[in-house]
Amino acid sequence: MEKKQYAFYPGCSSQKGASASNFVTSINMMCDKLGIQLNEIPDWNCCSASIGYGEGGLLSRLVLNARNLALAEQHLPGQDLVSGCPACWLSTREAAEKLHEFDGMMAETNEALKEAGLNFKGTVKARHIIEVLVEDIGFEGMKQPVVKPLEGMKIAGYVGCQTNRPFGIDGESFENPQYLDKMIEMVGAEPASGYEQKVTCCGGALAFSEPEKSQKQIRDIVESAYDHGAEMIVTPCQLCQANVEVYQSEINKKKGAKLAMPVVYYSQLMTVAYGGNLKEAGLDGHVIQPEKLKQIAERKK
Amino acid sequence: MNDFNQKAVAHYGKNFLKEVEDRVEDGEWVKMCMQCGVCAGSCPLGPHWEHSPQKIFRMIMAGKRDEVLSSDSMWMCTSCYNCIVRCPRKLPITHIMHGLAHYAHRLEMAPKGQPTREVARLFWSSLIQTGRVNELKFSLAVYFKDGFVQGIKNALAMQGIGLKLMKAKRLNPMEILGGHKCKDLGGIKKMLAKAKEIEDRKQGLAS
Repeated sequence: MEKKQYAFYPGCSSQKGASASNFVTSINMMCDKLGIQLNEIPDWNCCSASIGYGEGGLLSRLVLNARNLALAEQHLPGQDLVSGCPACWLSTREAAEKLHEFDGMMAETNEALKEAGLNFKGTVKARHIIEVLVEDIGFEGMKQPVVKPLEGMKIAGYVGCQTNRPFGIDGESFENPQYLDKMIEMVGAEPASGYEQKVTCCGGALAFSEPEKSQKQIRDIVESAYDHGAEMIVTPCQLCQANVEVYQSEINKKKGAKLAMPVVYYSQLMTVAYGGNLKEAGLDGHVIQPEKLKQIAERKK
Repeated sequence: MNDFNQKAVAHYGKNFLKEVEDRVEDGEWVKMCMQCGVCAGSCPLGPHWEHSPQKIFRMIMAGKRDEVLSSDSMWMCTSCYNCIVRCPRKLPITHIMHGLAHYAHRLEMAPKGQPTREVARLFWSSLIQTGRVNELKFSLAVYFKDGFVQGIKNALAMQGIGLKLMKAKRLNPMEILGGHKCKDLGGIKKMLAKAKEIEDRKQGLAS
């Protein structure tokens, strides 16, 4: 089968040795099984995320994103730009839309891009990997490679903010999107129904600057997963994953809580269900160990 | 008051709404606010704002220039986009908050030492140095933003988490020596300098 080709924008947190390096590990096998070929955009740069606005003006941020779009357009013609990081996707898609929306924005952007020897014609579409999975592969397609259903696991699907808002996936509701729960079902596990913190904000970049306020958000997200009988949280977002997993020990220390809820990516569930081992699923990259998922990954069928 | 600020006051007088419309990202939307308060009720950090977005918009229309630009409210935005998707008039509230924060920062009207303002500044400086954010250097810079002694305290408090992340291969101590970066760093720097030049000229921030 010929593989579907995409221009891949990994983003800073997905680099080797960075906070979401195990995410990138886990999508390799998933993509392989689903016939998806991700071609890394050469020399991509940071999108400026959702905190770059303080120092960087609108045009500076647009130009950063336009550079990645222009590189994709030039080196990987005809391919959609695909990112697995919601912040990267959001910034790139916002830029791609704003360049067409306002008079003169494209001309100014290209005036700046010229300094880096580039030009953007505006032909590239920015998409999230989950859009590729849901729209191009479909739930049935995602189910096909399952050889090891994750039976007996109850999982809270935590979508978070930026995968969901302001663009969302496949026209789903902003308040109660269903795709993540469907993906949990598809790999043979049970989604925690009624998990009301599904689209709550974890504090995002403010986990750094306003730790108390963010940790209150994180505590709600984790405690609700416990309340709904979940043994694990699954998320599509790199920052959500890091914040919700890493700060549980801080909350325990400061507030005397006893939180120890594993937080993994949807792609790790899929890789394990597709027969991947612990390493292939990036399950060696956790601070709170997803024991049950690890056991399934290590089991031979 | 810095120079740009004085010039802006001289140019716009009491018409702060016009200033916001001309110079703040998506500022032309502010007058569309109908004061329903859905944004205020939807913000995850709502209890911590000095003024909700709804109030900020009204204050802009009322010409409360100093109060708006020196407010810490915009800096409480987590970029969750709840306000954007719920606003019945489709105001791009998140973007307006980012735009106001940026403008206040550039005019040096934003609260001094405001933690998110500092983190935003450090993030940008990490980004422009290598074209990609260096998570280790960025985290250390955040810990040390309030001085050396506080930095050591912060770093020690977070030591356990740091070690666990290193063990999970999600934090590489070698990144301190440089780490990941873009090849065409020269081009990126020139490109950003040009973008800033164009933008500053338009926003009255060019010297």
